[in-house]
Formats: sequence, C-alpha cells, structure tokens
Amino acid sequence: MSNADAIAATTDGPGVGTPPSRRGRGAGAFLLSELALLFRRRRTWALLGALAAIPVLLAIAVRLSGEGGGPSFVGDIAGNGLFTGFAAITVAVPLFLPLTIGVVAGDSAAGEASLGTLRYLLITPVGRIRLLLVKFAAAAVFCLTAALTVMIVGILIGLALFPIGPVTVLSGTEVPVVEAIGRALLIAVYVAVSLLGLSAIGLFISTLTDVPVGAMAATVVLSITSQILGSLSQLSALHPYLFTTHWFGFGDLLRDPISLTSFGENALLQLVYVVVFGSLAMGRFVTRDILS
Amino acid sequence: MTGGGLAIETRGLTKRFGHHEAVSALDLDVPTGSVFGFLGPNGSGKTTTIRMLLALAAPSTGTISVLGSEMPSRSSDVLPRVGALVEGPGFYPFLSGAANLTRFDAAEPATSTRTRSSRVADALARVGLSAAARKKVGSYSLGMKQRLGIAVALLSPRDLIVLDEPTNGLDPQGTREVRALIRGLNADGTTVLVSSHLLAEIEQLCTHAAVMRTGRLVAQGGLDELRGTTAAFELLTPDAGEAIGVLARHGLEPHVARDAHSGGPSADAARVDADLPSSVRSEDLVAALVAADVRVRGVAVRRPSLEERFVELTGEGFDVER
Ligand SMILES: Nc1ncnc2c1ncn2[C@@H]1O[C@H](COP(=O)(O)OP(=O)(O)OP(=O)(O)O)[C@@H](O)[C@H]1O
Ligand SMILES: [Mg+2]
Repeated sequence: MSNADAIAATTDGPGVGTPPSRRGRGAGAFLLSELALLFRRRRTWALLGALAAIPVLLAIAVRLSGEGGGPSFVGDIAGNGLFTGFAAITVAVPLFLPLTIGVVAGDSAAGEASLGTLRYLLITPVGRIRLLLVKFAAAAVFCLTAALTVMIVGILIGLALFPIGPVTVLSGTEVPVVEAIGRALLIAVYVAVSLLGLSAIGLFISTLTDVPVGAMAATVVLSITSQILGSLSQLSALHPYLFTTHWFGFGDLLRDPISLTSFGENALLQLVYVVVFGSLAMGRFVTRDILS
Repeated sequence: MTGGGLAIETRGLTKRFGHHEAVSALDLDVPTGSVFGFLGPNGSGKTTTIRMLLALAAPSTGTISVLGSEMPSRSSDVLPRVGALVEGPGFYPFLSGAANLTRFDAAEPATSTRTRSSRVADALARVGLSAAARKKVGSYSLGMKQRLGIAVALLSPRDLIVLDEPTNGLDPQGTREVRALIRGLNADGTTVLVSSHLLAEIEQLCTHAAVMRTGRLVAQGGLDELRGTTAAFELLTPDAGEAIGVLARHGLEPHVARDAHSGGPSADAARVDADLPSSVRSEDLVAALVAADVRVRGVAVRRPSLEERFVELTGEGFDVER
C-alpha cells in the first residue's frame, strides 16, 4: 500500500489543477486501480514470462553447450553467472522489450475504446487528461517491471547455474559482487528510462484509433524503424534525435569510475519525446469524439 | 435553475458526421423530476444525442445545458451528478462484476475509498446481481451485463440518470425490476431519461416523451399531450338508429362502424363509433342511452396508444430511413 501511495504521490505533480487534497487522493486511487488492472491481466504475465524466458534460455544454452563466444556478454556467462543479466538485457533491448511496451502502451486508450469501457470512464468522469497521465504512469511502471524482470531473473539463473565472482568491467578493473549487482539494477533502470519515449509514442498512437492491435503494431514498427535509421551511417545527422539512439549506451554504467553521462543524455532525450508525444496525445484526446 | 426548471435543455443541437446530419437542430426540454422517454426508430439519432449530452462527443452547432450548467465546458462539475448507460454496457471481461464496478468507482475523483466496497455491494444488490458478483464478466449473459451496466449508473447518488435502451436483453423479471428501479429513483427526486423502442414500456413508465425521426424532433411533451386527448367511444347495440340519435344530442358525431374488428358484433347488433370530446363523460352517455331504452350490449372508451401515435409520427416503413 505505502509503495503504491509513493508512486501515486509522484504522479500527482502534473495533476489537473484542482485542490490537491481531494483530487490527489482520487488520482492515487485511480492509479492503483490502473496498476491492478494491468497486473491482473493474464496477458501482462505472459509478456513478463516471455521476458523472463530470455535469460533462462540463454543460461541453459551456455550451460549445455559449455562454449564461450557469441554476442556481447554471452561469452562471459560461463565464467561468471552475473553476466547472464547483462547478456539477457542486451538481447532483449532491440526487439523483445519494445514488443511488450508496444502491447501495453498501444493498448492504453484503444483497448479501453474497443472494450467500451472508455465511455464509462469518461462519464464517471475520470477526466481525459487524468486518464492519459495515469495510463502513462502505468506504462512507465511496466517498463521498469519489464527491465527488472529480465535483469533479476538473469542474475538469479546465473547464480543457480554458474560460479559468481567479482566482475571485470569494461575498463578492465574488477568490482565486487554486491556493487556489480547494484550496477546491474541501475542498468535495468537505464533501460526502463530508454523505453519511456516509446511508451509516449505508443500512448499517442493509441489515442488515434479504436483498434488496439493496430496501435500495438504501429508502436513496435516505429521502434524497429528508428533502430534501422540509427544503423544507416548516411543518416548520421538524424541519429542524435532518434529515441533509440542511446538504447545500448548502458555500457557506460560498467566503467570504472562509473560514467553517468549517457544516462543523463538518454534521460533528457526521452523526456523530450515524452513531452512532445504526451502533448500530442492530450491535444488529440481532449477534443476527440468518443464514438466507440 | 434545477428545482422546477429543466434538467436538460438543448437549443439548435446539431451533429454532423461528414455531410450526414445525425442530429438536426434539436430543441430538447427535459423537465426536472420527470421520467422522460426518448423515442425514435433505429438510426434516428438518440444515441448520438445522448453522447453529446454526456460530453462524449462535441456538438457541430447548438448549445446544451445539463442540470443548469453548460456542456461540454462544465462537464467536470456536471458529470459527477449524472449516471448513464450508453449504447450497451462496456466492461473488462477478465474482471469480476464487483471488480468492474470498483474500477469505475475508483475512476471518479471525488469518491471516498473507505465506502467503496459498500457502494459496490449496494449497486449490485439493486440490480439483483449479488450472487454473481465474483463471477468474471466474460461469463455473464447479455442480460446480466445489461444489469451490471445499470449498476454502474447507480454507484453514487445522482440527480440525472440517462439510460439508453436499458431493458435490451432483459428477461421479463429484469424488465419489471428496471421499471421499478426507475420509478424508485424518480420518487427520490432523480430525473430519468430513458431511450427505448418498447413503447408499451415507455407508456407505463414515463411522464414526458420526445419522438425523433431521422435526426429531427417530431414531437415532445407530456405523455397525454403526445397521445392526443381525443378518445373513441364505441357502443355495441341492436338499436343503432336510436343510439345515434341519443349520442348526436350529446354533441357527438356517431356513425355505424363499417369494419367489425373490435367487439365482433353478433348477428343482430351493430357497432356505433364516435369521437369522445373531453367535455363529455362516458357514464352520462350510458345513462342517457339506457334512459332512451337503447339496449347496451357493450361500451368501450379507447384512447389511441402511444404506439399508434408513434407510427403516425415516424412512418409505417420498416426500412431504416437513411
Ligand atoms: N461514428 C459515426 N460515424 C458516422 N455516422 C454515425 C456514427 N455514429 C452514428 N452515426 C449515424 O448517425 C445516425 C444516428 O445514429 P444513432 O446511433 O444516434 O441512432 P439511434 O437513434 O441511437 O439508433 P438505435 O435505435 O438503432 O440505437 C445514424 O444514421 C448513424 O448512421
Ligand atoms: Mg442507439
């Protein structure tokens, strides 16, 4: 309860300009209800289960083959189980995480519209701005849950199947196990922040349609398109503005001393995307006829 | 503005979808405290009007006032006082009935968390769903969902309740329950707007009504006004000639009925029909007929039903008009 209240308190800030005492309590209750709705759906657990399967499959594959090599970090797993978390999140970032975020964010408004619950929420009246704020907050909570799921399951399966020891970071020095786990969790936070821009894009697309599957697909396609654009050197002028630009910048958190530069740049870029697409979503949603 | 005024007032309300006018220059007056029947054939613009009343859709032109405040600009003040069922219920199929109601109750900013579960239980009890409260809505029958939809409108005390086809899919008991529910709400001072095709239903329930046809209002007012006041006096007698004389002396214009559809005159009796002006009482006519030795085999005073009036106003045609 106190945990969720804390989340509620942080989202009160940009509230709808009414007395904080009454409206604030209401917003907290509705955010709780939104999170309960999200985490009571079997679909959400299926998404998290699929994410958890990534480190499990990686670890089992490495264990069975006994071979090193492969993409970044995978080769290190056999020597140190903690690398399972790093390897799994590297595998999940380009496609699997955006896929799950696309489902949750794309569903946010369009899903309510297709169920017919949107009109009842609005009549209640939930307030259109408040509804979008709560939907975004829930998507943000899901981003964090998803990234932490990959990382924590990765660490746990690594603990179970492989030896654990101090981690040799990218700059060549060793950090002790506890600090390495702390950095792993920080990487999960970095990845969660990376996905906020995509969440805002998904929320915006979701306000354009009553067909949730369409909004989900469009969101995922955009995340892939952005990564493809980011890989074309001819478009390098565009790269700093792509929301996927810093998606793999979490390697900086594995340097000694730790570098927070890319964390800050990434957070700023994501903030810009959240503000721009959040405003577009509100502009669209506030004036829209609800005919679903 | 409330007490005695109008709970809903629209002026020149128009909604266009592209070039198609779904609602045209509608001037709706729903008196405070009434049970107001909102009638019209399929596609006549009832649901579209209700969406605009509830600020779900913006009018193309025209003004709306609900409970004395302008809509949609004052919707955050007005809507907490309004409960509604619009175009069928909408629910999360993977949640139970009670969890669905809890969700909608939590969405309303001003409701108190402490009394939430008792409000939900009350609303479920009022629509007779207490026993199915823990079942997933996905497994509800059509009528159960409809009942749950009405329960959403009843979560908090309301000044106005808007029900778009509330008895759709309900069994006879459910229909009666809903009728009783509406009467009860109205007795507590709630204004109720009910849209329906079931004219008998509206006739039993409503104090006022409006009839729509292809987006236009074709009639509106108290139920008696709408039905028209002229009743038909029908007499079954073997002494048709004398009867016509007696009735004519009381200011009626009687004639022998050609068709024999009601009453089925026996071989030696005929049916005499006349319009009954409101100034003449039927019992006086019967007394006069008996006094004149007319053998009265049967007498009926028929008022046109709302259905007859409705068909008169909206046309006989079965096809949706556009
Ligand atoms: N989203 C929409 N886009 C375009 N036209 C629409 C839309 N919704 C309704 N209409 C049109 O508006 C008109 C009125 O529809 P509405 O749903 O208000 O009718 P209704 O009186 O509620 O009918 P019913 O008794 O069948 O429920 C219809 O001609 C319909 O085709
Ligand atoms: Mg309708």
